[in-house]
Amino acid sequence: MLKIEHLSVNYGGIEAVRDISFEVPEGAIITLIGANGAGKSTTLRSIAGLLKPKSGSITYNGEELIGKPTDQIVGRGITLVPEGRHVFPDMTVLENLKIGAYLRKDNLTEDIKWVYELFPRLEERSWQAAGTLSGGEQQMLAVGRALMSKPKVIMMDEPSLGLAPIIVQGIFDIIKEINRQGVTVLLIEQNANMALHIADIGYVLETGRITMSGPGKELLQNDDVKKAYLGK
Amino acid sequence: MDNLSYYIQQLLTGVSVGGQYALIAIGYTMVYGILRLINFAHGDIFMAAGFFMVYASASLPLYISIPLVLLLTVILGVSVERIAYKPLRQAPRMSIMISAIGVSYLLQNFATYYTGGLPRSYPTIPFISEIITIGTVTTSWITLLTPVLTLALVIGLVALIKYTKMGMAMRAVSKDFETAQLMGIKINNIISITFIIGSFLAGVGSILFFTKYPTVLPTIGAMPGLKAFVAAVFGGIGSIPGAVVGAFVIGICENIIKAMGYTTFSDAFTFVLLILVLIVRPSGLFGEKSTEKV
Repeated sequence: MLKIEHLSVNYGGIEAVRDISFEVPEGAIITLIGANGAGKSTTLRSIAGLLKPKSGSITYNGEELIGKPTDQIVGRGITLVPEGRHVFPDMTVLENLKIGAYLRKDNLTEDIKWVYELFPRLEERSWQAAGTLSGGEQQMLAVGRALMSKPKVIMMDEPSLGLAPIIVQGIFDIIKEINRQGVTVLLIEQNANMALHIADIGYVLETGRITMSGPGKELLQNDDVKKAYLGK
Repeated sequence: MDNLSYYIQQLLTGVSVGGQYALIAIGYTMVYGILRLINFAHGDIFMAAGFFMVYASASLPLYISIPLVLLLTVILGVSVERIAYKPLRQAPRMSIMISAIGVSYLLQNFATYYTGGLPRSYPTIPFISEIITIGTVTTSWITLLTPVLTLALVIGLVALIKYTKMGMAMRAVSKDFETAQLMGIKINNIISITFIIGSFLAGVGSILFFTKYPTVLPTIGAMPGLKAFVAAVFGGIGSIPGAVVGAFVIGICENIIKAMGYTTFSDAFTFVLLILVLIVRPSGLFGEKSTEKV
């Protein structure tokens, strides 16, 4: 279980995350929703070791992660699909998948097959440079690349950003499928509707604080959430 | 006929000089590719490699001193990175550039202090210093060996970057630090490897260079360093094939200019070329269109 306790993080001169606590139980889909600048990305990036928190603790199965370099956090099975996808544009699709498994020393054949089964489009474009893929395909590749590290927890930063609704639906179906296969998911989204539909627990972040939490389906019915994030 | 062999001789020398520039230029271009830093100290690493050989060969046989010199050069290059660049990883690029200029002067002044500033003569490496005559063309083995060795090293390096896991990691780091970290890549290790390769090649380059021009001075790194830098910019800084092509073009052109009797202008040519490239095509022959990182 991933446990975040009293986490505060300064980013860009402001306190972007203020004393937040939440848990990501094994096998769950947890989502953080909130507006741009609410501190969602800062939280994920702190867990991944890309940012140094000011205070608080982040533990995974009882072990403190704060202060550990990113490669060690990835090595413990926690991976992040960054916002904006960030595939390596000059590398082929296959190379992108292989570099996702950088820390592994075992055979990758099975897992490449697995990712290609999840995303048949990627197999068709295996030898294509990743930079030539469409936005949706790049998002698939970014998720596939993260899966190649055989993560226990996959964190996703705005996977629906800038994608057509039909593609977004496909991505969310895959998130559910990955979860069904045993990977814990920590998802942050501006697309609150989609995220809360698949989440076991949702947290609402406002200017760095958690203001609401509860099962995804309940938050969907909550009037404040409806007004602020669902546009109803 | 005499005239023709004279030109062939000059052309061979040009190719050979180009090979020496190429080995230095790779260090510039690789470090730029990963850190977006012009490593101004690189020419002085080359100079230091020259002095290492002078001192090592004074008491050790060549088959020990050559590998020892390469090892010391690599250690020096990596130490410079660790001490002068690594602490500035988060600093603005200008700071790390100034740090590089500082290291360059430090190495030159330390060399002046330690050696007394007097020219030292480089040891003669048997066989490769020998003169050979093919038909009417007279040249030395080193002139023929340099481009061959350079190309072999370059092909090896390109294969390493293209086909190995480490090479893949280097490409990833040069594109995107943060995402590379998310793949589990240790950025600092990859940067060290880049400096190891760059310094090693500068070390090989110094052996080839000083075998041909056997005088070592504390400031000797400046000119070959600058020319290799121009070669890297001409080829498109960040690109290894670009640096190699640029180096050979500069080496050959310089020697053709010398052969035509304009020796005084051969250096000027290189820098006119730099200015022209910067005006007409700042990204160089094979450079990325935009060098700014997003």
